Amino acid sequence: MRKVLMGNHALSEGAVLSRVQVIAAYPITPQTQVVELLSEKCADGTLNAKFVKVESEHSAMAACIGASAAGARAFTATSAQGLALMHEVLHWAVGARLPIVMGNINRAMAPPWTIWTDQTDSLAQRDTGWMQVYCQNNQEVLDAVILSYKVSEQVLLPTMIVLDAFFLSHTYEVVEMPLQDKVDKYLPPYNNPYRMDVDDPHTFGGLTGPDWYFELRYNIEQAMEEAKDVWKKEGALYGEYFGRKYDLVDAYRCEDAEVIFVAVATVASTARVVVDEMRKEGKKVGLLRLFVFRPFPYEDVRSALGNAKKVVVMDRNISFGAGGIFYQEVKSAMYGMKNEPVIFGIVSGLGGRDITPSHIREMIEYAYKHDEPEKDIIWMGVKV
Amino acid sequence: MAEEKRIVFEKAGDLPPMAMSLGLMSVNKTGNWRNERPIIDYDKCVGCMICWKFCPDVSIYIEDDKPVINYDYCKGCGICVEECPVDAIYTEKEGK
Amino acid sequence: MKKLTIPYEEHMTSGHLACQGCGAALCMRLALKGLGAKTMFAIPACCWSVIDGPFPYSSLKVPLFHTAFETAAATASGMRAAMEMLGREDVNVVAWAGDGGTFDIGIQALSGAAERNDNIIYICYDNEAYMNTGIQRSSATPPKAWTTTTPVKFPKERPKKNLDEIMAAHRIPYLATASIAYPEDLVKKVKKAVSIKGTKFLHVICPCPPGWKTAPEMTIKLAKLAVQTCIFPLFEVEDGIRYKINIKPKEPVPVREYLSIQGRFRHLTDEDIDEVQEMVDKNWKLLLKKAELFGE
Repeated sequence: MRKVLMGNHALSEGAVLSRVQVIAAYPITPQTQVVELLSEKCADGTLNAKFVKVESEHSAMAACIGASAAGARAFTATSAQGLALMHEVLHWAVGARLPIVMGNINRAMAPPWTIWTDQTDSLAQRDTGWMQVYCQNNQEVLDAVILSYKVSEQVLLPTMIVLDAFFLSHTYEVVEMPLQDKVDKYLPPYNNPYRMDVDDPHTFGGLTGPDWYFELRYNIEQAMEEAKDVWKKEGALYGEYFGRKYDLVDAYRCEDAEVIFVAVATVASTARVVVDEMRKEGKKVGLLRLFVFRPFPYEDVRSALGNAKKVVVMDRNISFGAGGIFYQEVKSAMYGMKNEPVIFGIVSGLGGRDITPSHIREMIEYAYKHDEPEKDIIWMGVKV
Repeated sequence: MAEEKRIVFEKAGDLPPMAMSLGLMSVNKTGNWRNERPIIDYDKCVGCMICWKFCPDVSIYIEDDKPVINYDYCKGCGICVEECPVDAIYTEKEGK
Repeated sequence: MKKLTIPYEEHMTSGHLACQGCGAALCMRLALKGLGAKTMFAIPACCWSVIDGPFPYSSLKVPLFHTAFETAAATASGMRAAMEMLGREDVNVVAWAGDGGTFDIGIQALSGAAERNDNIIYICYDNEAYMNTGIQRSSATPPKAWTTTTPVKFPKERPKKNLDEIMAAHRIPYLATASIAYPEDLVKKVKKAVSIKGTKFLHVICPCPPGWKTAPEMTIKLAKLAVQTCIFPLFEVEDGIRYKINIKPKEPVPVREYLSIQGRFRHLTDEDIDEVQEMVDKNWKLLLKKAELFGE
């Protein structure tokens, strides 16, 4: 069944189809519609879940942690300041190995106050151990919820589903809604063997010294690495069930490309149009979109970029004092590879500044015009 | 869960995915914390169980309607000595 | 066996890491007798984070989730939501925290849970400072008490935060103060909390020998004197309005007797002690009036 949904509602519908059992969320623009729709559905009985109307995002994540540890499938959503407020407990969800799924609407960090899109909020959490997927359209948003629970519950790590503020959150697109009984076959009920159980009591998170903390962390990283295969396997299986398959990356016309544009989220959709245009003009251009960002898909990135002479990475984010974050990570992935391409890092579109096809064309042409990047950070579109 | 089971890990693969307890703290014999040992004089003891009620270390149990101190765990805090209403508990220095 | 005044069964083991004479350890032991085996705990950073024992051991025989400092009540709210979804209404969900994690950093989450009336029992074991980190003041530290951050020359002037009143203002169905020196009363109050749906708050005074600079064997005496001096009265409040005082000393014991046996109050002058006496007398009068007005 096809519906016209805004990104936020695609997230909610994904949660409903995933039969989430506990939702604890706090409102923040531009996420509010996610929780409003879920609240409605809990109230009218469409969704059999408990909605805990917490008094802050820090408590939202803590409540999700309590719920997940006690054996319920937990969901929340937030953005920018709310995500930042959760930071401490994001680490907690990972250390406790809880498969919570959270939607994050990419919104620029304050001050000054802003509500428009920018990727810095979610990327600032990339070290916490949460898996991260970045969506390019609302179909992906809905599918990502179901897919994320399937993966998270196998590797016991939480997933953050990221979507652009307004460009996706508030934009209506046609979305194919999977049928509930098919989703039920694909995604079985949450059964946590390590849950809090009065019939089999254990203590979780007790003091651990230097003798075993290291190994617990090692195990988390092993799970992250295993997750790459699980994403691939589940993404393919999702395709068999629902007709749309997912992979760690989305490589478009990269095989024979001489210049590849690397982008994430809605910018990638726009870039696809430019790639096709430039191809018509005879330029061998390709697009690599990262869908799963954590775990970082090293092998898939290296394979997609391996034959290109030049790579342009577009960051709608910045790590102050270092530069664009996707640029840093892609560059480090390609370091030392045979035929290592020249990599350009472009920072643009912060705080919701629009990135149009002509902007992207300019970025790709920059790579054609230069043998090497002039700087570690190439700013485009900023009024200087 | 088995009481007093000492858990030995050798490598990362032996661990549960998260820091989850696999045994009880009764492996830890806190009796060696004591400087002084409380001793119940059963001639004076009236079986009121006040000592049992107030032991923070779960180191007094009841047998045949009388309190018995478990010296494996008693930390020698002295609460039972202090609270006994008939002064039936006295202390002795732990063996040299 | 002769009939005991509190249940015999233990739900925790020996071998835990509490100091000798620890009030908090006894508090847990007694509370568990009121809660029973079908109980799960959310415990934030506090002494009990360490007392329970290191991974891979535990001294509790019921499930325990160690959680971040601010989050005891929020984590418990999440656990309760899960228990409801899993059809386990028979399980007690307890947030168990020290005064730091309750009065200070955890107060927001507690207020949130209480305002929602989430079906949890929140038990605060109050040793009147951040003891786990080495005796720093909290808002539960009584005025003039020595702590590392309220040294003698830089004392705490402000009164102990009245969290009981704050919880009463939330109009939760049940709140009570308790003392480890009155185990039957404590267990009874825990059982009462178990029988009520909604947010229940228990505030227990738990002397701490290293933090209060008292002898370990004096812990129970102190917990009794706190009540007998009316410094820490034992009372219950239903629905935030109906006050019932459980112990009304005919002649409250002079505060001097309580203060003079604690090293943290050793520096108090006679003037200081009179000040404390005055404050305690005022607060006791006020509590009596409340009980009269709204309760009995």
